[in-house]
Amino acid sequence: MTDYNFAYLDEQTKRMIRRAILKGLAIPGYQVPFASREMPMPYGWGTGGVQVSAAVLTPEDTFKVIDQGADDTTNAVSIRSFFERTAQVATTTATAEATVIQTRHRIPEAALTEGQILVYQVPIPEPLRFLEPRESETRKMHELEEYGLMHVKLYEDIARHGHIATSYAYPVKVEARYVMDPSPIPKFDNPKLGHMAAIQLFGAGREQRIYALPPYTQVVSLDFEDHPFEASKADHPCGMCGANDSYLDEVIIDDAGGRMFVCSDTDHCEARQAQGHRGKDAA
Amino acid sequence: MTPLLSVQGVTKRYGAHIGCADVSFDLYPGEVMGIVGESGSGKSTLLNCLAGHQPPDGGQVVFDTRADGPRDTVRMSEPERRMLGRTDWAFVHQHARDGLRMGVSAGGNVGERLMAVGARYYGDIRHKATDWLARVEIDESRIDDRPTTFSGGMQQRLQIARNLVTGPRLVFMDEPTGGLDVSVQARLLDLLRGLVRDMGLSAIIVTHDLAVVRLLADRLMVMKSGHVVESGLTDQVLDDPQHAYSQLLVSSVLQV
Ligand SMILES: Nc1ncnc2c1ncn2[C@@H]1O[C@H](COP(=O)(O)OP(=O)(O)OP(=O)(O)O)[C@@H](O)[C@H]1O
Ligand SMILES: [Mg+2]
Repeated sequence: MTDYNFAYLDEQTKRMIRRAILKGLAIPGYQVPFASREMPMPYGWGTGGVQVSAAVLTPEDTFKVIDQGADDTTNAVSIRSFFERTAQVATTTATAEATVIQTRHRIPEAALTEGQILVYQVPIPEPLRFLEPRESETRKMHELEEYGLMHVKLYEDIARHGHIATSYAYPVKVEARYVMDPSPIPKFDNPKLGHMAAIQLFGAGREQRIYALPPYTQVVSLDFEDHPFEASKADHPCGMCGANDSYLDEVIIDDAGGRMFVCSDTDHCEARQAQGHRGKDAA
Repeated sequence: MTPLLSVQGVTKRYGAHIGCADVSFDLYPGEVMGIVGESGSGKSTLLNCLAGHQPPDGGQVVFDTRADGPRDTVRMSEPERRMLGRTDWAFVHQHARDGLRMGVSAGGNVGERLMAVGARYYGDIRHKATDWLARVEIDESRIDDRPTTFSGGMQQRLQIARNLVTGPRLVFMDEPTGGLDVSVQARLLDLLRGLVRDMGLSAIIVTHDLAVVRLLADRLMVMKSGHVVESGLTDQVLDDPQHAYSQLLVSSVLQV
């Protein structure tokens, strides 16, 4: 592994990615094209996020990777060990100790702080893609702020389900300008996107796009006046730590179909348990 | 009275080939202009230049805008032109699938233009969509169905509803009844005529079907090889054509 440059990518490539990141930060929510590189892992594993992390990591950083809130999935473990090997950075599972956090599908429960960077893995960066497959046309729509189509998608949701059923990758408007796909985080996390103290960077590898939210950016979830946005979650406390305000996963716990709700953010849950909080299913 | 649309010297070439050449006319509020001519005579080229879908090589297309009065739409900025395209203008395509979103429900198709101009009250959008489906004789129960499940005639009526929901003042139509069965055509024509009259719409209708212009158009332009060879009141041109080509066109229809 020592044949590799720090964090795997060569300096030239990292400079190119950093330029895309800076441009993204300068135009919040705007999708900046970049020349995505082959990474030694499949696209589905978040090569966009990995390249962004590689471009921002320094030897002094402490790196954390979460996948659906957990640090111990195969995907999270692989990416973490990739940077342990190629950049020799310190790693952690504690949100507060990390300086760079790469994530798939979640924003940590603990409020992030200035100086932290949250890197999202993005499969499909274009929020208008579902209804308008022509890229020439979606680019024009962004350029001219023609976003009626985004509401057509929400309209279709309500017509079909009686409410806005979109629960992941819920579209947002950034600084009253660009409509942005926040990656497939649950809409429960949407309110955390706005006015966050940390830098948020979004990398789409296969689609070759980077976009960004600088600290304290205004981010508004799209909705209708008579169907306002709601950051919903399962209506239970966490079975392990008793938290009432965290995003929960439903877990099957035995062959008899028994189930419990538990924090999807494992670090958050463990930290609370260490402080003595207990849920009804805790041993 | 100020013309709603004043067209002066509109020319479009495809390389050395002429699409349409030096076309001029005025369209007044509430008027319907028919454009007829054989295949390849430049009807669609002209219509697309007028509707801002392609830039002419020369000429002016002056539209009497609500906010600023007469403006040359060829020279206005693209965002302004596209804004006209979803507010004061409507465009009905020959093939409904070019003018509809086939993956979106009928209600969503009708609601899109409303949302594009800022409608953010679902109940309102739904109500207007229901209303417009009724006006184009589509049963309310079909509001959540996709146009792929509609017949050709229904798709065309849906396209019309989707276009008229924002109350445009000028409608461009390219062969709106083309490709439909004769009985379906008759129903659609009837509907169009009612809407044009009730809403006081101005329209430009391209067709090669003289029955369509006889029924809908106040005035008529006959095109040949990109040029307008004759124009006048519809009845006048059809009953007493002056240009040899118009005579041919009218007589060939009478023989059918
Ligand atoms: N994109 C294009 N590139 C080159 N030539 C074109 C193009 N579009 C149209 N033409 C030519 O311009 C002329 C006018 O075509 P246009 O489509 O306007 O005719 P039309 O009157 O609408 O015919 P139709 O009744 O068949 O629809 C024709 O000779 C056609 O071949
Ligand atoms: Mg044509």
